[in-house]
Amino acid sequence: MTWHTRFIRLLEGPQTLGRGPVFWSAASLALLMAVIYPLIIDGYTVGNTVYFFTWTFMALGLCLIWGYGGTLSFGQTAFFGLSGYAYGVLTLNFGAAYGFTLVALLGSLVCAAILAAVLGYFLYFGRISGVFLGIVTLSVTLVFERFMAQTAGPEWQIGVARLNGYNGMGGMPPLTLPWFGGNIVLFPDVGLYYFVLALLVLTYLGLRILVNSKFGNVLVAIRENPERAEMLGYDVRKYQLVAFVIGAVLAGLSGTLYTAWGQYITPSSMSITAAALPIVWVAVGGRGDLTATLIGTLAVLAAFQALTIYGSQYALVVMGLLLVTTVLIAPEGLIVTFAKFAVRVRRGHKGSS
Amino acid sequence: MPILETRGLNKHFGGLHVTANINLALDEGEIHCLIGPNGAGKSTLFRLILGEHAPSSGSILYAGQDITALKSFERIRRGMSVKFQVPGIFKALSARQNLEIALQHHIEGGSLDAETDRLLAFLNLSEVATQLAGNLSHGQKQWLEIGMAISLKPKLLLLDEPTAGMSPAETFATGEIVQTLNASGVTILAVEHDMSFVRQVARRVTVLHLGRIFAQGTIEEIVADERVAAIYLGQGHA
Repeated sequence: MTWHTRFIRLLEGPQTLGRGPVFWSAASLALLMAVIYPLIIDGYTVGNTVYFFTWTFMALGLCLIWGYGGTLSFGQTAFFGLSGYAYGVLTLNFGAAYGFTLVALLGSLVCAAILAAVLGYFLYFGRISGVFLGIVTLSVTLVFERFMAQTAGPEWQIGVARLNGYNGMGGMPPLTLPWFGGNIVLFPDVGLYYFVLALLVLTYLGLRILVNSKFGNVLVAIRENPERAEMLGYDVRKYQLVAFVIGAVLAGLSGTLYTAWGQYITPSSMSITAAALPIVWVAVGGRGDLTATLIGTLAVLAAFQALTIYGSQYALVVMGLLLVTTVLIAPEGLIVTFAKFAVRVRRGHKGSS
Repeated sequence: MPILETRGLNKHFGGLHVTANINLALDEGEIHCLIGPNGAGKSTLFRLILGEHAPSSGSILYAGQDITALKSFERIRRGMSVKFQVPGIFKALSARQNLEIALQHHIEGGSLDAETDRLLAFLNLSEVATQLAGNLSHGQKQWLEIGMAISLKPKLLLLDEPTAGMSPAETFATGEIVQTLNASGVTILAVEHDMSFVRQVARRVTVLHLGRIFAQGTIEEIVADERVAAIYLGQGHA
């Protein structure tokens, strides 16, 4: 098998929906539209779209941990917040010159990875599973939120960076790309849009390859039957831990991009509401598939924002209803259910003709 | 040297002694059947050997080395394999993927496809290779899991009621598979209720009763043993 066919096989392997020329043509068209989009739309809308994009990394990470790995983390926002604050602390102290913001971005992801490795070690090697894993991870994000909320006093500062309690940390610089003749500052419009879009495409394709690789096969096998997977000689805990760390890094990436986008991060980004929303995004689209998660997340985010015009509490109630409805009617997720239905209809059509 | 040996193996849950002082030795290349009435401790003994339970006391030796402290997956990597009673398969994956996941540990790239095809044909599953394992018939699920268990090329294969739910013809076919495997050098330890299967394959039989080894011998000796017949009729406490 050449590397070329092997690559294609990883991109559209058994663990992902969407394959063949029709799917990839549609995906290319969507990407093309996404590339043209900021050239024809006003700056505010572009900035708002970047805002939607920033959350998708956390959703894709949760999709990996929950949909593919079978363990529900309720606390992805802990990594989101940690990375956001880490980005703030690093850039406020060391500035943005010479592309340091990118170093800070990487540093913030390392923080998320370390927390996830330590927490995940105790969770998975301690054989904590099912609902208890959700409870522990939720507790972590809530403890983190409470802790940051009480850091209003002047004694809570790291270098020159004040943590500022419930008011949150602000004033950190946006991301910058070092370039000949001066940095390119990625303000939350066209510049940041292309940067985040590129990251999103890379993350999406990278995860597709990951879940269709041998690693992904074993991860799904563990979700289906952990005892059998172990009795095939796989160290179940290691696979789950690696997936957890990758998912946490992606949540951290969301946090850092969000912080750089708004130049602002607060403890409420780790609250119970914030922690619950990623679960809604992923469940509604379909946790078992990356593409469904991506589309579902963007759709739910856009709908949520449209609803908040009528009041944010009202919008949250609708989100709750959406989650309950999905779980009852299409537990695999609306998009996954629809995709499977479409495939069945097409097969049936072919069969009868 | 026995390939598997348990020395004074005890397991108690609180005050309940599920296995007591089990000394069992398996010679390399034999087919050994474990029988005994419900609650005799057969499944617990299996779980102890596989490392799913830690023994309260005693030790387990594999090929002369103490493996009592090893995790399940480490024991599997040393050459053990198991087929569970309820088919342990990955229901949401195709039959083909089930086998690939079992095989990919030690086979690379193109030969993985070839080996998977060979195994599918051997198990009579080629026709249903792309179907989800959860949609296969009961017999096919059993075959699929046997395929997963043997794809590890084990030296010691543990079978937990391999013929449960099978017709007499299927049971006989399973017995033939077990004998073929054994002829290729695999040592087999099977828990089984079906005496026709035990008669067909076993060279030695161990009878467990109330957590202890009650009798041991060839199938003829066990069948002729009146005490064994008695415990199956529920008079064993006398």
